[in-house]
Amino acid sequence: MRERTFAPSRVLIYLIVLLVAAAWLAPLVVVVLNSLRTNEEIAQGSMIGWPQHLAWSNYAAAWSGFCVAETCAGIRPYMLNSALVTIPATIFSTLLGAVAGYAVSLWRFRGDTWIYGIVTLGLFLPQQMRLLPWTIVLRDIGLINTLAGLVLIHTIQGLSFTTLFCRNYYVAIPHDLIRAARIDGAGFFRIFWRIVLPLSPPILIVTVIWQFTHIWNEFLYGVTFTSGQQQPVTAALIALSAAVADIPQHGVQSAAVIIAALPTLLIYVLGGRYFVRGLTAGAVK
Amino acid sequence: MKAGRPAFPEWVRRLPEYLMIWVPLLLSAAHLVSFSLWTIWISFTPSTLVPVTGWVGLRNYSAVGASRNWQIALDNLLLFGISFVVLSAATGLVLAILLDQRIRGENVLRSVFLYPLAVSFVVTGTVWSWLLNPGLGIQKLVHDLGWTSFKFDWLIDRDMAIWTIVVAAIWQSSGFAMALFLAGLRSVDADIIKAAQIDGAGPIRMYRRIILPSLWPITITVVVIQLQFAISTFDLVRALTNGGPGIATQLPALVVYDLMFQRSLLGRGAAAAVLMLLILLAVLLPYAAWRYVRRRRSSHA
Repeated sequence: MRERTFAPSRVLIYLIVLLVAAAWLAPLVVVVLNSLRTNEEIAQGSMIGWPQHLAWSNYAAAWSGFCVAETCAGIRPYMLNSALVTIPATIFSTLLGAVAGYAVSLWRFRGDTWIYGIVTLGLFLPQQMRLLPWTIVLRDIGLINTLAGLVLIHTIQGLSFTTLFCRNYYVAIPHDLIRAARIDGAGFFRIFWRIVLPLSPPILIVTVIWQFTHIWNEFLYGVTFTSGQQQPVTAALIALSAAVADIPQHGVQSAAVIIAALPTLLIYVLGGRYFVRGLTAGAVK
Repeated sequence: MKAGRPAFPEWVRRLPEYLMIWVPLLLSAAHLVSFSLWTIWISFTPSTLVPVTGWVGLRNYSAVGASRNWQIALDNLLLFGISFVVLSAATGLVLAILLDQRIRGENVLRSVFLYPLAVSFVVTGTVWSWLLNPGLGIQKLVHDLGWTSFKFDWLIDRDMAIWTIVVAAIWQSSGFAMALFLAGLRSVDADIIKAAQIDGAGPIRMYRRIILPSLWPITITVVVIQLQFAISTFDLVRALTNGGPGIATQLPALVVYDLMFQRSLLGRGAAAAVLMLLILLAVLLPYAAWRYVRRRRSSHA
């Protein structure tokens, strides 16, 4: 059944798979080509077409030229906002999740199964159930419409995922190793630092990639808790397409879309294996 | 300081450890529980622009349930949820079976089917809105090529617009189903396959009798996760159709947002959010029960 032979059925298999792959790549190809066509060129034809000459200026305009909501600084400030939210929130949630995952799997303490059970409910609770309380809490502590507020939200919410990922990885570490270290007098932090952390790189890479991708791509919290100059890039893209509805600038918009997608696409290309592992780890919960 | 006698009591010495263990976990758990209860409470109050105390019973729920917006959202969720879940699982399964035939370039192909998952729904929704826009995308291209009677305007057709979301969602997340199915196919016992081959079973019979039946636990997981995604879909619709034309592609998550932050009807918005949670629980609780039973059975076996 699985041997490699030249048969009509195998040609058919390749044909189908390649056709589907082409369909999957088509939107990316279209938007890349459009990012190199001038707005006029697109307006005369359609969104689907070959660039007549390469309009690299679209990227310059998208990065720092065009206007969103009366500010003409391009997509750059919003990319910076996204980075300033995503990087700290990814680091905090991953580190705290690693410690928490270690505590509930290897250190063990009274009430650990209970609190872990509640924390993992966060994987399922829809964002909509938390929107109003977060609005009120952020307003009360003065973090509404700030990047720090988004960092706080993503750190706390991310804990559900990061704790689960790390806990499921750490349960495979032999308990005898920890017991021996405790008999030798090693405390909570020393065991984490000397034994658990050196074993952790694979799961930390999975967790960091997962958190980075999700926080970068997040939209609902960004659009709800921030406005104007404080918005992350996903919210700014929506504001952009609303702002240019009258005079479409599809070339520039395509370039903006590509710039906004680039960080997570790059991570996917570089660490695809770990990205997929995160996807399936989240699924097996 | 004498040896063996700590300068501080035990609990003070271990304070950093207690703080490090409990603060993040308690913050996470407390926010999940209290925020849920808080939203449920708001759903029973007459809150509009700001949360207020008071009790209106189920009035917010009946108002949401009677609104046309919500009814359309529920109809759409049913149509979108079922067709998206079935079609993406089927696409994922077919792709996984094809990729499992020892074909060249499997890694590259797998990456191609999975890359949309790394990109924001805002980005993919925007790109699909261009492709499906009749004046800009596929229809315009075909017209320019000379077939001027060609029509593909689902995006602006009230009855068909929801299908644009189905298409975009399948494109975005079939790869996920494929990844899970592929892992399942790879874990089918090679001895059983060999035994069946010796018995003279052809490939089709092999799949129907042996391989596909062993995939059904994974199928259930795929369906539940995709349903969970369908129920909370927001970004994709916001970027692709923004609920339009009119309110033709309204979905529950959009209704919640609209009530809370555009109409400032916090009580009703909270009620709609709780209804969303109930729909989700209707999917997740049976799933959790099923997993529990399975785990007990396998631990007894």
